[in-house]
Amino acid sequence: MDLPKTLTSRLGPGGKNGLASTEKRDPIGYAVAGLGRLAASDLLDRLGIRKQTEQVVFTTTRSGFAALTRASRQFAKAGSTKKPGTRVPSAEPTGLFDLTPSEDEQMLVDVVSEFAAEIVRPAAADADDACATPEEVLAASLEIGLPILGLPEALGGIAEERSAMAGTLVAEALSKGDMGIAVAALAPGAVATAIGLWGTEAQQQTYLPPFSEEKSGKDGVPAAALALAEPTVLFDVLAPSTTATKTADGYELNGVKAGVVRGAEAELFVVGAELDGKPVLFLLESGAEGLRVEADPSMGLRAAALTTLHLDHVKVPADAVLGETDASTYTECVRLSRLAWCALAVGTGQAVLDYVTPYVKEREAFGEPIAHRQSVAFMVANIAIELQAMRLLTYKAAGQVAVGKDAARAVGLARKLCAERGMGIGNDGVQLLGGHGFVKEHPVERWYRDLRAVGIMEGAVLV
Amino acid sequence: MIYLEDPKKLKPLVGQAHQVAMNMLRPISRKYDRAEHAYPTELDMLASMIDGLSESGASEGAGASGVRREEKQEKTGPESSGNRNGSNLASVLSITEMCWGDVGLLLSMPRQGLGNSAIASVADEEQSERFEGVWAGMAITEPGVGSDSAQIKTTAVLDGDEYVINGEKIYVTSGDRADHIVVWATLDRELGRAAIKSFVVPKGTPGMRVERLEHKLGIRASDTAAILFEDCRVPKENLLGSPEVDTKQGFAGAMATFDNTRPLVAAMAVGCARASLDLTRELLEQAGVRIDYDRPAHTQVAAASKYLQLEADWEGAKLLMMQAAWMADNREPNSLEASMAKAKAGRVGSDVTLSCVELAGMVGYSENELLEKWGRDSKILDIFEGTQQIQQLIVARRVLGLTSGQLK
Repeated sequence: MDLPKTLTSRLGPGGKNGLASTEKRDPIGYAVAGLGRLAASDLLDRLGIRKQTEQVVFTTTRSGFAALTRASRQFAKAGSTKKPGTRVPSAEPTGLFDLTPSEDEQMLVDVVSEFAAEIVRPAAADADDACATPEEVLAASLEIGLPILGLPEALGGIAEERSAMAGTLVAEALSKGDMGIAVAALAPGAVATAIGLWGTEAQQQTYLPPFSEEKSGKDGVPAAALALAEPTVLFDVLAPSTTATKTADGYELNGVKAGVVRGAEAELFVVGAELDGKPVLFLLESGAEGLRVEADPSMGLRAAALTTLHLDHVKVPADAVLGETDASTYTECVRLSRLAWCALAVGTGQAVLDYVTPYVKEREAFGEPIAHRQSVAFMVANIAIELQAMRLLTYKAAGQVAVGKDAARAVGLARKLCAERGMGIGNDGVQLLGGHGFVKEHPVERWYRDLRAVGIMEGAVLV
Repeated sequence: MIYLEDPKKLKPLVGQAHQVAMNMLRPISRKYDRAEHAYPTELDMLASMIDGLSESGASEGAGASGVRREEKQEKTGPESSGNRNGSNLASVLSITEMCWGDVGLLLSMPRQGLGNSAIASVADEEQSERFEGVWAGMAITEPGVGSDSAQIKTTAVLDGDEYVINGEKIYVTSGDRADHIVVWATLDRELGRAAIKSFVVPKGTPGMRVERLEHKLGIRASDTAAILFEDCRVPKENLLGSPEVDTKQGFAGAMATFDNTRPLVAAMAVGCARASLDLTRELLEQAGVRIDYDRPAHTQVAAASKYLQLEADWEGAKLLMMQAAWMADNREPNSLEASMAKAKAGRVGSDVTLSCVELAGMVGYSENELLEKWGRDSKILDIFEGTQQIQQLIVARRVLGLTSGQLK
């Protein structure tokens, strides 16, 4: 019988508060724990902080602790489910090594960079605090056409050819403003781009028209989320535990997705699930029954209003499958998403470098700027070196995607480098500011938290 | 259009270098590692072949002389937009392949010495013509002076139409085999770095002699000489660049060589590390370890995860190297990028080759495989032509906008 074990596990400290299950309490530990539990409730009241605590919970969830997903608009069905959708052609390679962006790309980067500096950066600290990106910032992001960047002209977008490079440069530029806001602003575009790349004519004509409205609101661009990650230790995105089972007239989805951007307001999801042993993408409207969203404030990316999405016997029609069911579409989607995360890491890494450079030249210790010491200066040099390596790997992968090459290796290596060195840059950024880096007066602690997401997050953004 | 693949038009050249490395260098790689100081006679034939190739134009200026910056550039075809993939990219890519074969042997290639790079970088037209076809070693380091090359003590004094050189130089790569030595000496020690000039000294010039050859950790196929200059006289026309001591311009003239050679040394590290990665990957596969670029590294075995990290760093080094060379091809100042490339490639070279030895265990440690040799060869690449620390210093000064007086 399990009873003794259950009892111990109930009284034992492990499994909660970040304690491993091997932790044991000695007698004094039990006494302290009991005292703590008794005192906790009225301690909160006495100090008058209970209300504040509740407020935090409320704002982070925005609509309560957990809720049904938003009732979605009626997406008007159109087009043939049999016909493939409109596709953009791959870019034509010149065969030459080149680091110069095209004129169009440069123009785009200039616009987005200005947006990142003027609108995004000033809003970042409050958005991080509020666990939400302000409506005005999102509305402004629609004006510069972020959601339709990857869509062909025929579908209301601006791309004449595969625009993975433009998407990469834009994500980088935006993330220099703030990674969390960048993710919030890029999330609808990820879904639109995915439908543009893999959707049938019907899927494209049904879902894409509102994405090219340059406004939010009832008929405007819907919030939408590409949901691939799951709350699993050692999660392998290629083997999701969310399942899709065939039914008489479609599929039934069961499971939990994590890191779902702006899940509470999203009207459309692209969800990864395993069907017959293969990972497959499904289109899912937020009004579907059995969907529940829960706020999941995390270490960073707080402006992206991360949530978990619970799928409990959710029914989708047979034409909800996005792309192929042989794992090829899904795998490509994973790679393109990782590429976007690399671009975000590069942008935030650049923000760190640009911030610490003047700081170490102004901050004095022992009678001179700390930048005059090699131990400090070399850290800055190494940030610059590793950042440029990250950028070049990311661009190489984006260039391969743009011309239609198999980018598996390039993306895999870029992700590895950006995850490791990106976090290193965040860590060094805080270190270079010392105590000032640890407090919220400076943005480096936010970048530190945001950069931890790279290498962990799957889905959410895509180029 | 941003595109970071190896240039299509250089594929034949790179393929050729790969074949040479595989079929001529690898078979004699261990032989000359063991027989340190023995002259690799096989290289003479190879050098003639390479001369033939460059005469036919097929080599695109590969090798040490490829660092020369062309004054004119043709604007035709796909390059009409101004993007140029020229001799600098050709050089780093072919040197990468040759060092995938063997770094020590590449350094011993007749007529491809670092002195040749110096001549190509700073010689005027007349000198370039006069020194065409020579094999030149480079003599900078002295027993008491390494990274701080502004402090060299070797002197050159003008006496009539000749400079008289006195001093001791060490660590001269190919110092015994080369037929010319490019030596750094100061015209006036009081005037500091501005007075440092380089001189071409033909072998056999009275007063210059090779004193000894070093026994080394790696690149043992390459000879490293200590050279003594005692009242060694060279014609004053053998001074490379301007004889004026311009205190404003300072060290720039002499240091320009380094901006050009750093990407080449980065290329050596990239090539050597690639050799380790290629073999290790196969050994791991034989041991049942498959590298998967899509599955998260943490869900793969530790060896695969480690390999992914090494390869990612390697790719970063390679692209930084290509960036520096590409900028030189397009005549953009690349001192920062050249140092970034060498810093990254230097440390990646050591990390990759040593980690590959570790991954392969005693198989990697034994002389039965070349992994341990590459683990030794790579070390010098993080030292010569500017150590890791010097590269970081250069990068830091540039990024922070600090002078050498502020950031020492």
